[in-house]
Amino acid sequence: MYVSPDLNKTESLTIAVTGLNANDNPGPGLAVIRALRAGFGENIRIIGLAYETLEPAIYLRDQVDKTYRIPYPTAGAGALKARIKEIQEIEKIDVLIPNFDAELYNFIKIAPDLLQMGIHSFLPSHQQLEQRDKVNLAKFGEKHGFNVPDEGVVFTASEIDNIASKFGFPLMVKGKFYEAHTTLNSADAHRAFHKLHAKWGLPVILQKFIKGTEINIAGLGDGKGNAISVIPMRKLYITEKGKAWAGITIEDEKLITLAKDFAKATIWKGGFELEIMREDNGSLYIMEVNPRFPAWVYLTVAAGQNQPKALVDLALGRPTDDMNTYKAGKMFIRYAWDNIVDVEEFQKLSAFGEL
Amino acid sequence: MKLKANIATSENGFIFNPATGDSFTSNAIAAEILGYMKSGGSEEEIKKKILENYDVEPNQFERDWDDYMLQLKEANLLDL
Repeated sequence: MYVSPDLNKTESLTIAVTGLNANDNPGPGLAVIRALRAGFGENIRIIGLAYETLEPAIYLRDQVDKTYRIPYPTAGAGALKARIKEIQEIEKIDVLIPNFDAELYNFIKIAPDLLQMGIHSFLPSHQQLEQRDKVNLAKFGEKHGFNVPDEGVVFTASEIDNIASKFGFPLMVKGKFYEAHTTLNSADAHRAFHKLHAKWGLPVILQKFIKGTEINIAGLGDGKGNAISVIPMRKLYITEKGKAWAGITIEDEKLITLAKDFAKATIWKGGFELEIMREDNGSLYIMEVNPRFPAWVYLTVAAGQNQPKALVDLALGRPTDDMNTYKAGKMFIRYAWDNIVDVEEFQKLSAFGEL
Repeated sequence: MKLKANIATSENGFIFNPATGDSFTSNAIAAEILGYMKSGGSEEEIKKKILENYDVEPNQFERDWDDYMLQLKEANLLDL
């Protein structure tokens, strides 16, 4: 049975969001929630979906109305579907926005089931997800004519030196899902390989180092070949983990065109982030494509294009706001804040799986 | 010597290049020169104004001017 709400009559929306880990390697959940609250105002209820009890945004009760724990991606799509069904019986979620790379496969798989439950989503296909995967990035670049760094995919440490001799040092060593290390010699590269293997599994990706300015682009593809919003941001402060801790919106037609070309080439559906390196001569390299909004996506709201709100509108088949212009020179400067919580709250989530 | 069209400057000498995200600060006289450049003044016109308004030796000013233009060029702010 299709139980989609009559959206013309629905006054308030219930939106479920993952990626509540607002830590030093932040998930985008909190920024997405903030954008949604800015876009929809009072008429919104946010359901947090968390994997771990210490994901900071769970306890920001003015941002997240209710949180449920969900099974880890390794538990499979069946377990996820069953858990969401339980939650849906209580919450009547209208739209679900997954924000982790590692969970996307399962969410895409159960998207038709979610719709049956009345939960809309706006996600890329498995094929789209696969082609931009770090492991396939070189092939992806070649196929669509994008500049991407040379890379080698390795399953054993013994393959490292051969590839390193071709690419030279510094050499980027990247985890399957997250994390990248700039290594300066063979010992460094081996160390990074073992670390990433233990943390994220195999394969590990070796990528030629490209020197330049780090720029990220947040975008939203409509699934028809158009990027309806594109906001480029230059990183101003980068953490040890390579994350932008401060950044500024910039205007550069070449960057906008690149993001639009990406959406056109992939017919991308949903939020995306392009990690770009701009060489001194102006050449743009796509270093990575993230299949979801970035953790700095609230900057798109500040610059004049609310991408998370637009994604919800697209998911619900509503018209989106006009997003043709944005303001260059908008900055974000992230900060850390100690949120004080009683142990009872922590205990509730730990014991009952909801808060 | 012309500033790139999209370069934003303020009266207090702050310069922002929206294409790269770079920003710079400059002193009062440099800010004044930038202001003249922004409003389309030619090199000769700007130099004349500065020499009229400030007590500076023309030779010294020429050297400072060249130095400043080099800095603007290196900062990728000039439309060459």
